[in-house]
Amino acid sequence: MRTENKTEVIVVGGGPAGIACAVTIARAGREVILIERGSFTGAKNVFGGAIYAKPTREIFPDFEKTAPLERKIILHKYALLGNEDSTEITYRNDEKDNENVSYSVFRPKFDRWMAKQAEKEGVIIITETVVKDLILDDGQVVGVKTELEDYYANIVVLADGVNSLLAKKVGMRNKITPYDVAISVKEVIKLDSEKINDRFHLKDDEGCVYQLFGGSMLGMLGLGFIYTNKDSVSIGLGVTLNELVENKVRPYELLDQLKQHPAIAPLLKDGELLEYSAHLIPEGGYKCIPDLFADGVMIAGDAAMLVNNMHWEGTNLAMMSGKFAGETALRALLEEDYTAEVLSHYQQRLEQSFVMKDLRTYKDLMDVMHSRCASFLGYFPKKINAFFKMFTTVDSIPKKDKYRNFIKSIFNDRNPLELIKDGGNLLKLLWGILK
Amino acid sequence: MSIDEKLFTVKSEPDKVSHLHPDTEQCVRCESKACTYVCPANVYEWDEEQQKLLVNFENCLECGACRIACERQTLDWEYPKGTKGVKFKLG
Repeated sequence: MRTENKTEVIVVGGGPAGIACAVTIARAGREVILIERGSFTGAKNVFGGAIYAKPTREIFPDFEKTAPLERKIILHKYALLGNEDSTEITYRNDEKDNENVSYSVFRPKFDRWMAKQAEKEGVIIITETVVKDLILDDGQVVGVKTELEDYYANIVVLADGVNSLLAKKVGMRNKITPYDVAISVKEVIKLDSEKINDRFHLKDDEGCVYQLFGGSMLGMLGLGFIYTNKDSVSIGLGVTLNELVENKVRPYELLDQLKQHPAIAPLLKDGELLEYSAHLIPEGGYKCIPDLFADGVMIAGDAAMLVNNMHWEGTNLAMMSGKFAGETALRALLEEDYTAEVLSHYQQRLEQSFVMKDLRTYKDLMDVMHSRCASFLGYFPKKINAFFKMFTTVDSIPKKDKYRNFIKSIFNDRNPLELIKDGGNLLKLLWGILK
Repeated sequence: MSIDEKLFTVKSEPDKVSHLHPDTEQCVRCESKACTYVCPANVYEWDEEQQKLLVNFENCLECGACRIACERQTLDWEYPKGTKGVKFKLG
């Protein structure tokens, strides 16, 4: 057995999955090295975004006391943006004792904080190091090759993000297609906290999340978002890569158009761009999940495609999958058996939890949306706006005629076959959720 | 605001050599040249005269979209060296 450069567990990637995994292992007194390619953990990480308190507390129980949090999200807004009109729904929660809150954060700051905590608990973190390949011995993963040296371990956990070149290299996953990922572009725009509070109807450190349907992406499989931070606003969008390829559009141009929408522009007025960023989102869902384990290796977080795109959850699935991978590694270390048989407990833990249950619930979502986005994210949002236009317009036309014309217009605009397909796909989704 | 002005807000430590390696022969045959518009950092430009893909790898945000969108599936894409590439402050 090798003893040089050998540890018990190597975790590749310092995002929420990798850190959750590593800290779980270190807390049990076992050796774990986390290898991160960025100059610090978080330097390459991007999201909307907000983290969720409950799963975060499972990894760092007191995080709310010292973590760099921006605002506590109490306001959820949904906007259907037409070309020159929009309909909004707002849900506001002012309960003082709501435990399951979320917080807007900046990933470079928050992940760096998490990594600091993990280091305090015994995780050894190596930064500025790219893992180029995995080392195999008789089909079992036994270590990693970095740019400079090789490191050996009983178990390697791949938490190397959406592109997971390593999972691909060892044949644990298929090629990702443009249908399986969204490209996200984002701008963080500096604004006074007072202006943010006025414009978004907030006070103090209260925060708001906007989900934007349509706008520059009307009819495309893509959504926009706004998150309020303390002294800035993050606005961005995610659009599946195939839409960009097919429509020959540039992602930042879609974002520029979105920012100019009459319902959005006033929210950002006089803001100053602090940072532009881009990242891929693994959107493929249940059907794109790779092999989660093999001899000596497990895959967690974005690398395992664990994103619930319906509910905009990713970080929480990453943390929980990291925790389960960590606990499974501990079990394997105890049994001194690092084969796929023992590591299969990782998959069982995921299956028993909300992680796989939720992903299975929405397993048809991407297929349905890919085939029906022109109607579900194009025609119907426009029609909802048209309904409110009809409802709010005072034009001396008898209301009965207006309602009848509105209903008639749906059958005039849409081929009946398309309407049947819309209905069928909606039922398919509902059935998947409720059965 | 132009994309170049946007990219100016991103802190980065570009390498001297590119981490993006398109297969130049395949690029000539590629019809869509999807990398020239899906890239969020406008890294790729098609030079019609030289019949060559120009790669401004210094602008790369390391998202990986070009690799997946590549029509010929011949874009050899790797992460920049550990000490190089983007350093997001806010992400």
